Amino acid sequence: MAIDELEKKLRPPEVQLAPYPSKVITLASGELMVVRECRREEAGVLLGTVYPLLGVAKDFYDIVAARMYNEILAWFRYRISNEFVLVGSIKGEIAGIVTSRHVDPKLGMSLHTLAIKRGLRVGAQLFASKMEHHIEYLKEDEVWIVAESPIGFKRWMIEYELEDRSAQYPAVRHELGGVPTYALTRKLWDAVKSVKCTGTRPVPPEVLKTASKLTMPNEYVQLPGWKRNA
Amino acid sequence: MAPRIGIVGAGHCRFGNSSDYDVVDVIAYSVNAAFRDAGGLNLRKEVDQVFVANMAAGLFNRETALASAVISRMDMEPCPAELVENGPASGASAVKLGYMAIASGMADVVLVAGGEVMRSVTGWESTDIVATMAHKEAEYNMGLTLPGFAGMFTRLYMERYGLTERDLALVAVKDHDNAAKNTYAHVQIPVTIDAIADGPNADVVNNYVAEPLRMYSTCPVTDGSAALILVNMDSPKAKLFKKKPIRIAGIASATDTHCVHNRKDPLVLDAVRLSAEKAYTMAGIGPKDISFAELHDAFVIFELIVSEEVGFFERGTSFLAVRKHETDLNGRLPINTSGGLKAKGHPVGATGVSQIFELVRQLRGEAEEGRQVKDPRYGMAVNFGGFGNNVVTTILARD
Repeated sequence: MAIDELEKKLRPPEVQLAPYPSKVITLASGELMVVRECRREEAGVLLGTVYPLLGVAKDFYDIVAARMYNEILAWFRYRISNEFVLVGSIKGEIAGIVTSRHVDPKLGMSLHTLAIKRGLRVGAQLFASKMEHHIEYLKEDEVWIVAESPIGFKRWMIEYELEDRSAQYPAVRHELGGVPTYALTRKLWDAVKSVKCTGTRPVPPEVLKTASKLTMPNEYVQLPGWKRNA
Repeated sequence: MAPRIGIVGAGHCRFGNSSDYDVVDVIAYSVNAAFRDAGGLNLRKEVDQVFVANMAAGLFNRETALASAVISRMDMEPCPAELVENGPASGASAVKLGYMAIASGMADVVLVAGGEVMRSVTGWESTDIVATMAHKEAEYNMGLTLPGFAGMFTRLYMERYGLTERDLALVAVKDHDNAAKNTYAHVQIPVTIDAIADGPNADVVNNYVAEPLRMYSTCPVTDGSAALILVNMDSPKAKLFKKKPIRIAGIASATDTHCVHNRKDPLVLDAVRLSAEKAYTMAGIGPKDISFAELHDAFVIFELIVSEEVGFFERGTSFLAVRKHETDLNGRLPINTSGGLKAKGHPVGATGVSQIFELVRQLRGEAEEGRQVKDPRYGMAVNFGGFGNNVVTTILARD
């Protein structure tokens, strides 16, 4: 497709990122969650999934959903460089989404983690997958991370024992703003990955096929009584 | 001779995350439900005494004197009301005091309510607050927490009797199956043995909390409440209530050393055994008469060891019964039909009342389809305070 000159100037420079190989995780419920990289043409179903959560203040879903909406839209319209989006789906239905960005060969910038299905550690698994992509496949030395909710702080900063880089502000400054920046280094990752990160590869073709067409959840535990198709 | 004492009203909220609500409102919800169940809110004027069970609202919510607050919220002044704090056994202790108040002749109708809002703080803080019930010098100040204690306890049991981590997972699968059918349970998600024990992702999906205990070997941090109305079945007031009473056939408690290391054998829970023996004697029955039981499984190992101490199984054999599905809903002796603390949840001050609420529902035949025990006669609840150092056993009967 032809891109006009002005649009070219608006688009950020991008590098070809190494792909994230799909994997499947058996959740505690026995359900199979396929974790894979999203394609740009799937932005619509991702945005539609995030949208209903914009008004959910509890557990900071509103701010995470709003920021993730922006990140997916910017990725879809080429307004952010080297972003990737991973999705966890169960029989194709989206259970969670993570966004992140490759800054340079040494540094990754973790953006957001949104767990839609609750109670099965979907968010924890997707966050670990995101870190796996940064360190194992994009070969970065470290990932900068901030938390915007108490749950995030507990799950990432405390459980991963991330390095607090806030004393190095403003030299170390996460792109999401002034909240304290923490870092996952390769050394930290190597220490925790066996207990934090799982998944089976390759994904059996019949299972991978179920995740080929993503669908939006019809109901959300975060929105009691709400139904998409009501 | 003590009068016959029964339960004529039972209320419960959906366990889960109620951290947006005041703990008094959470308790009042179940109190309202109990009165509606008994025949109407006007019946609260018939109450002679209120006991409110709560472990640590002062620490979790910075609120104290909850009994007075609940009385005011329910417009029940000038009814006498006291707060009961006995760690995680506060709930059953409050029921026991309610029983004693009626048995003494000081009251004919007693309201017992228990509640806790724990998710107002982080999981770490919650674990710390619960750990304050351990011995301060010998245990708490040394950094011991209840999951830490239970991990060591489980390791010892494994070494002595051959229990495996898979056996612990089997208990969790059973409890989650039951909770998935329980309207009031916190975690209404069934789990599979493949996912949490056998499969390739199990080590991470079911991660260690305090080795050998994993996430699915421990109860969640839960908010919630439950309430019961006790009545002297021989008093004229009993006729005011529409529900047929479920009789308290036996209720008793016992204590053990505060320091766990002072016990001759850390795997022997004397207080559980003694409280159960006293309750059996009071009820005039034995372990073989029990139709189903709610046992205090804050950690799944407790379900196993308590089921041995109360005489259901020989010491060191309860997990073999679990392997044979004898404690399933349709088994020989269903245990934790509600999902137990493991999956229904464990709001510490509410738990003892909630366990007895489950006995009432089952004995009335009011449990959900697929969760109802067939034709139960006697139900037992064991509510466990501290690390087995203050235990209340209750036996209810359907006459």
